[in-house]
Amino acid sequence: MTTLMAILIGCLYAAAIYMMLRRSMVKLLIGLILLSNAANLLIFTVAGLERGVPPLIAKGAETVVGGSADPLAQALILTAIVIGFGVLAFAVVLLHRAYEVIRTDDMNEMKGTD
Amino acid sequence: MLNVVLSIFLLACIAPHLYRLLGKHTGLVLALLPATLFIYFASQLSAVSQGQPLLQSWPWFPGLGIQLSFMLDGLSLLFALLITGIGTFILCYAGQYLQGHPALGRFFLFLLSFMGAMLGLVLSDNLITLFVFWELTTVSSFMLIGFNHEDSESRQKAHQGLMVTVLGGLALMTGLIMLGMAAGSYQLSDVLQQDLTGHSLYLPMLILILLGAFTKSAQTPFHFWLPNAMAAPTPVSAYLHSATMVKAGVYLLARLQPSLGGSEVWLLTLSAVGALTMLTGIFLASRATGIKKVLAYSTVMALGTLTMLLGLGTEKAALAAVTFLLAHALYKGALFMIAGILDHEAGIKDFEKASGLRKLMPRTTLVAVVAALSLAGVIPLFGFVGKELLLEAVLSGSQWQLGLTAATVLANIFVVLVAALLAIKPWFGQALPTPKPAHDPGWQMLAGPAVLATLGLIFGLLPMLPDQYLLNAAATAVYGQPISGYLALWHGINLPLMLSLGSLVLGLLLFRFWQPWRKLTAVVETLSKAGPEAGYNKLMAALVSFAAWQTRVLQNGYLRNYLLTTMATVVLLVGWAMLRLEHFELNWQFSDVRVQEAVIFLVLLTTIISAVVLNSFLGVVALLGALGFAVALIYVFFSAVDVGITQVLVETITVLLLVLVLYRLPEFRRLSSTAHRARDALIAIASGTVITLLILLVTASRSMEGIAGYFLEKSVPEGYGRNVVNVILVDFRALDTLGEIFVLALVAIGVYAMVHLRTGAKPVTNADKRLTAEQKRQQSVKGEL
Amino acid sequence: MSRQFNMRSLILSTGTTIILPLLLLFSLFLLLRGHNEPGGGFIGGLVAAAAIALKLFADDYPSAKALLRVHPLQLVGIGLALAALSSLPSLLVGDNFFTAQWWTLPLPIFGDLKLSTPLIFDIGVFLGVIGTVLTVIFTLVEAEH
Repeated sequence: MTTLMAILIGCLYAAAIYMMLRRSMVKLLIGLILLSNAANLLIFTVAGLERGVPPLIAKGAETVVGGSADPLAQALILTAIVIGFGVLAFAVVLLHRAYEVIRTDDMNEMKGTD
Repeated sequence: MLNVVLSIFLLACIAPHLYRLLGKHTGLVLALLPATLFIYFASQLSAVSQGQPLLQSWPWFPGLGIQLSFMLDGLSLLFALLITGIGTFILCYAGQYLQGHPALGRFFLFLLSFMGAMLGLVLSDNLITLFVFWELTTVSSFMLIGFNHEDSESRQKAHQGLMVTVLGGLALMTGLIMLGMAAGSYQLSDVLQQDLTGHSLYLPMLILILLGAFTKSAQTPFHFWLPNAMAAPTPVSAYLHSATMVKAGVYLLARLQPSLGGSEVWLLTLSAVGALTMLTGIFLASRATGIKKVLAYSTVMALGTLTMLLGLGTEKAALAAVTFLLAHALYKGALFMIAGILDHEAGIKDFEKASGLRKLMPRTTLVAVVAALSLAGVIPLFGFVGKELLLEAVLSGSQWQLGLTAATVLANIFVVLVAALLAIKPWFGQALPTPKPAHDPGWQMLAGPAVLATLGLIFGLLPMLPDQYLLNAAATAVYGQPISGYLALWHGINLPLMLSLGSLVLGLLLFRFWQPWRKLTAVVETLSKAGPEAGYNKLMAALVSFAAWQTRVLQNGYLRNYLLTTMATVVLLVGWAMLRLEHFELNWQFSDVRVQEAVIFLVLLTTIISAVVLNSFLGVVALLGALGFAVALIYVFFSAVDVGITQVLVETITVLLLVLVLYRLPEFRRLSSTAHRARDALIAIASGTVITLLILLVTASRSMEGIAGYFLEKSVPEGYGRNVVNVILVDFRALDTLGEIFVLALVAIGVYAMVHLRTGAKPVTNADKRLTAEQKRQQSVKGEL
Repeated sequence: MSRQFNMRSLILSTGTTIILPLLLLFSLFLLLRGHNEPGGGFIGGLVAAAAIALKLFADDYPSAKALLRVHPLQLVGIGLALAALSSLPSLLVGDNFFTAQWWTLPLPIFGDLKLSTPLIFDIGVFLGVIGTVLTVIFTLVEAEH
């Protein structure tokens, strides 16, 4: 499955970068969303994919029995998702404001205005 | 000694306020501090002359092995006495010279900071501290040269001095670090115990250190900045450019001589550069007519002489160097101050316009003549002692003694010419009208040159006085071993004396034909257009246009160009690194894929491709939602329950947000050309491929155990929680999480501010105006991306 | 945008009225059990924020705002303050900065109540997340008016 995930993440990165290279700010935003998903999946995959062993310890036990997925990577991704949302929200509002003021989403026309 | 240095900086800070309080007497009051320090240093004379250097140390950055440590040995003491002694007179002098100048308070601030930096430099016992003070002298001298900052020429010259010395400083820093590495210690007193000429780093560090010393001490071809630094007020020239700052480079060479000196390279470079500088300096001095210019060029000559002597590295040369240094500081300080007096009291800046002031300024004349005689090296002045030693050292020197002796004698002939100009031209002969009514200055201005000139006479008559208490110890520090030679006024009739007499006669003859000589050598004027200064100017112009060019190219204001460059670089570098791998093993297997996972994979792939090609915004938003949920499923499949839940919730809110805002944006337009699209697609696909390969490589060769085991083990016993992810978030790594919610708070505040706090009443119209201007500009600039 | 909100659906509105308290309660449940089972401040906060956003879509902006009572930015501030303050008790005891502290309060009926600085911290996260998400949404809705 790691192989499949690697291909998937590569596609996500390619799509994200292609979208971010467009002149439209809306497409840049879409690229940003794709990119943050890609990055999260990258960390997740590299930390190791394990089926059916969540890092939850059974009641009364001291530690997990028989292996577990990497909890640190999960904690990292969890906050990354929320932070990614924060960045996206900021970008969305910025785009909203920018469009209200200069009536275009073409970044070539935005350049130089502040 | 820390207190000594600190006290000066402290005084520098309050000097502007003192000036407001004390007015025109500030200079005299401020001079009390260096005078006190002079007495302090003088009281150390007997201890130091008996070969007991004073060492003090305070930890500064103990982790880096950097200490604020100071050392007072013969060489440091010589410099410290010069800095505080001449500094005292300069402060008195400047108070009068610049009386009523609106920025006099600031001037004292800079001058005192410079004094503190210079003292710190010569007292430092640590290479890093030494460098810090070295740079402080550069900065404060920049302030002083550019003191008349409203004058563009003055600014330009200050800038030139700064550039040259700072570039040298950079080289010096690297050199000093190498030196510290080679010696295994940054403490000078440790470094000096070792002979590093055989070290493998010797050559690179020598080149770098010499670059620093040569730029600071204005050695050819960097000599051009020093005469230009005469844009500073005269007290500054007298202080910085005769007695102290320019000698910092010489100090450094003298200081490091025991460790670095003695090799063939050292000998060759220092003697050759020194001799060349000596000749260049004095030749240019003989052609100049501005009094300060002449003095500046003759200072270049003196610095060259000192460098040459340090290059020789013999016992005699070390003694000659410190003697010459002291003699030079005494007469050059005096002469510079006299040049200032001529300017201040008679309005004369040029030799050609000065004549017959002897009757109007009798006391100044006397002082000037004595100082100039010392410069010429006439018996019984201290300059004579220095010159005799110089000639002796050169004669008894190395394999190039003939060449060096010839150069020294030649230089001496011109020195006599310059001395004669200074001693005779302005004072004797027919009186010419002066721009200002000429008269002797007040005692504050005359005291300095008078004392310095008198000392030149006393030391000449009684050379054992400075020798016994100071110069012997200083020469010992330079040479690294005790010195057996001694100073004397009369060595009997020998070769140096004959050479000295010969140069005196020839010099006076040359003085007689000064104007014809200048005409004869006028060709230099045209040559100098291709000289080092022209090279410097060309280099600066090239640097500026290069900076403009690379800013245009690299910082063009288009996000996607930055991204394109970044990604292309990453692809190339990572790809290159991968090609060079020895074990190129990929984690390439599909056998463990389950049906539901394959379905998710296909769904995601379709979503991604559609999101890129679809031309409807709402459609793309819907696709992104689908993508987010599919990703959440992946998390859940692979044991990340919390992450999956978070992803679902965030995805929901994201879609909501996008719909809220973006439905009123225009539909997608095709803005880029097909060629650009193809280029972007290429980069994107290459980046994606690199990432895929990277993951396959990394997962195929995981060699280290992660730190996950620690958290799994300690979660229940120490965190009292069974959800390890949550325990990590709120307990083990709580500080990280705190940072994250700070970011969230910033987002909230930023969003709120963007919408609610609108500055100005009509932002839209203003922006529209700018927009139309921008559009016009955009239309005119075609062919960009 | 206001046009869109006016197209109110009776079913959605009624459904929301019933489901909203449950959602909010569920978010608290997620928050509190998060230390042992899936859940926690981030997840709980997102659920609560989504619930209030649902109210916004089902009814209108004023009623959603009224439901919250305070300005969402204030929630951000309180959350941040709680999270930051939870780092301090460790210093009073003499532990390293941010070391977790646990106290047990004996309550007459419910048995022992376990209190801890990680819980306070998680509540801070919870409030911070609600505040941020709602600030963004509310601000955008206000911008439309």
